[in-house]
Amino acid sequence: MITVALQTQTRTETLVRVEHLRKLFPLRTGVFARARSFIHAVDDVSFEIKRGEIFGLIGESGCGKTTTGSLLVRLLDPTSGHIYMRVPSHPETNSQEEQYVDIATLEGRALKEFRRNVQMIFQDPYESLNPRMTVFDIVAEPLGIHGIGNVYEREERVAELLSLVGLTPPESFLFRYPHELSGGQRQRVAIARAMILNPSFIVADEPTSMLDVSIRTGVMNLMLDLREEFGISYLYITHDLAVARYMCDRIAVMYLGKIVELGPTEEVIQNPLHPYTRALISAVPIPDPAVERQPIEIKGGVSKPIDPPPRCRFYDRCPIATERCAQSDHPPLEDKGRGHFVACYEI
Amino acid sequence: MQATSTFKPTEALWRVRLHLLWRGLKGTWAMFAESKIGLTGLGIIVFFAIFGFVLWPIYPWLMERFAWTPEELEAARNVPYGAISSIEQVYHPVVGYDPLIPGIENPSPPSRRHPLGTNQYGRDILAQLMASTSSEFMLGVLAAFITVVIGTLVGAITAYYGGFVDTFFMRLADVFILFPLVSFLIVLGSMIELTLIKLAFILGIFFGFGQITVILKSQALAVKVKPYIEAAKVAGGGHFHVIFRHIIPNLLPLAFLYMMFNVTSAIFSEAALSFFGLLPGIKISWGIMIDAAHSDGYILGGRSFQNWWLWVPPGVAITLLCSAFYLVGRGLDEVVNPRLRKR
Amino acid sequence: MTKRYPVLHVENLTMHYLTRKGEVKAVENVSFSLDKGEALGLVGESGCGKTSVALTLLRLLPENARFLGGHVYFFRDSTDEAHARRAVGKPVKILLDGQEHQGRLLEATRSHLVLDASANGRREQLRLNRQDVARLGVDLTALSDEEMRPIRWKGISMIFQAAMNSLNPVYKVGDQIIEALQTHLPISVPEARERVAELFQLVGLDRQLMDRYPHEYSGGMKQRAVIAMALACEPDMIIADEPTTALDVIVQDKILREMRQIQKKLNMSMIYISHDIAVIAEVADKVGVMYGGGLVEFGPSDAIFKNPIHPYTKALMSAFPSIKGEKVKLAALPGEPPDLIKPPSGCRFHPRCPFATEICEREVPEFREHKPSQYAACWNPLSKGDR
Repeated sequence: MITVALQTQTRTETLVRVEHLRKLFPLRTGVFARARSFIHAVDDVSFEIKRGEIFGLIGESGCGKTTTGSLLVRLLDPTSGHIYMRVPSHPETNSQEEQYVDIATLEGRALKEFRRNVQMIFQDPYESLNPRMTVFDIVAEPLGIHGIGNVYEREERVAELLSLVGLTPPESFLFRYPHELSGGQRQRVAIARAMILNPSFIVADEPTSMLDVSIRTGVMNLMLDLREEFGISYLYITHDLAVARYMCDRIAVMYLGKIVELGPTEEVIQNPLHPYTRALISAVPIPDPAVERQPIEIKGGVSKPIDPPPRCRFYDRCPIATERCAQSDHPPLEDKGRGHFVACYEI
Repeated sequence: MQATSTFKPTEALWRVRLHLLWRGLKGTWAMFAESKIGLTGLGIIVFFAIFGFVLWPIYPWLMERFAWTPEELEAARNVPYGAISSIEQVYHPVVGYDPLIPGIENPSPPSRRHPLGTNQYGRDILAQLMASTSSEFMLGVLAAFITVVIGTLVGAITAYYGGFVDTFFMRLADVFILFPLVSFLIVLGSMIELTLIKLAFILGIFFGFGQITVILKSQALAVKVKPYIEAAKVAGGGHFHVIFRHIIPNLLPLAFLYMMFNVTSAIFSEAALSFFGLLPGIKISWGIMIDAAHSDGYILGGRSFQNWWLWVPPGVAITLLCSAFYLVGRGLDEVVNPRLRKR
Repeated sequence: MTKRYPVLHVENLTMHYLTRKGEVKAVENVSFSLDKGEALGLVGESGCGKTSVALTLLRLLPENARFLGGHVYFFRDSTDEAHARRAVGKPVKILLDGQEHQGRLLEATRSHLVLDASANGRREQLRLNRQDVARLGVDLTALSDEEMRPIRWKGISMIFQAAMNSLNPVYKVGDQIIEALQTHLPISVPEARERVAELFQLVGLDRQLMDRYPHEYSGGMKQRAVIAMALACEPDMIIADEPTTALDVIVQDKILREMRQIQKKLNMSMIYISHDIAVIAEVADKVGVMYGGGLVEFGPSDAIFKNPIHPYTKALMSAFPSIKGEKVKLAALPGEPPDLIKPPSGCRFHPRCPFATEICEREVPEFREHKPSQYAACWNPLSKGDR
């Protein structure tokens, strides 16, 4: 299973298209008080994810990457914008016909039907599995919700998934409780649960950041293998650029609710254009004492995007900011060739 | 990467689940058994259970067999006034009397035929004590069970929905917490006959919508934000699914713990209400025993210790049983809250 | 031979925890040494015992811990009177003119140290000339709690994991450090304030921030304040347990660089504890790799990263993706970290080791010097050819 080679293949069909997605959280002072200010957690974000592609969202805590992920699986309702996703037109039948649906506005039955196609893997494997349920109950839960199969079929399907994610033999895992599993095994259970409905798209929110190094690689490789075998697309949310480089085909760097740079992973990491991306990349420690890094200094720390003024979000910390940056709106993403987009006036 | 074809579905899923349940109980017991406090409490509860459910039905028989001499029995059957036909008449908790003890001698101190003496009407104190035990148990457990069912449901629902539902039930909780329960029961007691079952329901509802809802809601709020709840929602699980499959199972240990404490409150409340004579529907209880002693002036000044057998046994029984449930609660607390464990 | 100036010798440290499920063999036979001005990085996965080592040597163990043996020699100049007084009657190590003496200290004055070296059956008297400075190491495991207390701040101070959350929210940050200072040093409030201002400057915080509350601080600022607090009593050594784990990359990078600068400036010794081998590579002069409660490899950072001896060290390094160099498929290490209640026999790494042989399963490998100053516990050390 040589995944590295396949990642370079062009993937053409667009699976998810996000347009001008926005999520504002009101800051209320009391229960009945009207919100006066808003946190602009995700502000006018647009991107596309191809079928079988791993798209990385990179950024520091509070940049809006997790909110974006939650919007894409409709854990949160967007304030405005569209999320178009290719879903089967006739889910009851086996037809291959698909259609684009704006999932930002789905309700009721249609929303539940859409949920078959999208799953999520969470950061903390200790908190994302119900401690009072067995592995079987956890993995089979989506089947129960959608009323698929009888109990024997479910058990067989769960066993199949468990061996798929490397928990073999499945019989020895089916009726264990999460606290009897290690962190890596738990995350594999979470992946099995995400895979059981054959989704076409998975949002993975820092799935390996809490795992130990020797376990982490196995889980990352498993996710890459699953992509190869089933053509699943991932939105891979991480703060770790090294992990993003290993996992993702393309990445988008977020800062205070905005995408500031977007492009093929290798291109962005080897040739970062935005001053924030540059600072971020220069700050990543290198596991080799012989390498001397030259960190790029930026001022201050990350603030919160509460009613941000109409100028570049990075203005206050930017080493190359000019008068124009202060006076114009946040810069739009501009194509710099080779699919590399940057939101900066000075590049 | 195909599933191993050797896999065979488990034949009887229920058997596996039963086994898991059994193993879980064993684990809980192992942890509980480490708590001396909890074991003491459990010991007292078991003692009272035997006392009320096993010993009481055979008490008259035991007394007839071992305490009464044939001559005494003969005499009791043949006294000119108030002769008995069966021994049950002696040990009936409400109308029993000993024909060999003249009325004027009651209350009589502990003796061979009456190990804890008789009260001023000639009723056997031990018989009253035993007869009350089962109803105290029933009242306590039923009230606590109702409390916990209400508290768990309301707590889970308020935490899950928040907003208006939350505001409504929390204000309702305030009302129930501040409600003058005793005055209410006095009025109610004069309108309807308050039986044990009715009292259990009333207490259960009052406690359930009050404090316990607030406690279980705060726990439910902590459960609500766990990622496995989000995972269930992403998988398409509806409100009902999330509440009953995820939130409530995670509330149950805490709910069970508070159930223990609520048994204590219910028994105490009943004792207090009976003592004030507010529960005409209940014929005998530990509270009524003390009340009977009190209302005839046996717990006044210097006479209290003269006739100690009238009020010490029910008082000790109330204290013991209430603390027993409390102690079990404390023991369970160490199981439910790992932070309290010594290691 | 270069002049050694030791700060810490840890020898055969062993500590277990008693738990409900059994005895957790958390620290097993750990030995290492640290010189003045050096930074040691202890790296390993969660539950490998790296934090337990720190707690054991500072004697900050929880109630269920059982200290089962070993020595922690904490060195200072023998001219330090308080230190010498504390050491009398205790097992000590003395380093004088490159010679190591070991025994029980009977007497310590400015001109001589008397040792009961009963191991070689005699009483040793070490004369100190005026220009001589002996390094006197006292065994911390032999001290009483009372004697240990000053060492925890002035000798070795510790920055705990998530310490930034331990700032008390109802007191101003400056006042919290002042209070810590006054507990340990005879110092007036204005003096203490001045000292805190200096410390704040040292760790890169504005002195105005002294009179702010913790909630007005960002995560990075809190971590800096905690570092300032650890520096307050000018310790010889600081142990930092995952000092930057909760922080974002840019802040992490800044704080690590500042800590490194402060350490160089004050010529302090440091022990960094981290799961992140990249962080260790950046800050440490020496690296100790822990696995399953034991130290599997110890030596100079350059040597270890270039030519690891132990297969686990190698696996740990190759499991880490990097943003530099060629993108390669990472090799996953099979299996799971060991259960320290029932650790594997012999070498605890053998079930996961690609080079394991029959002896690995049977016998615990000795922790010994494989290359100059590079120690490892392995039966089948990696030669250069395996890279």
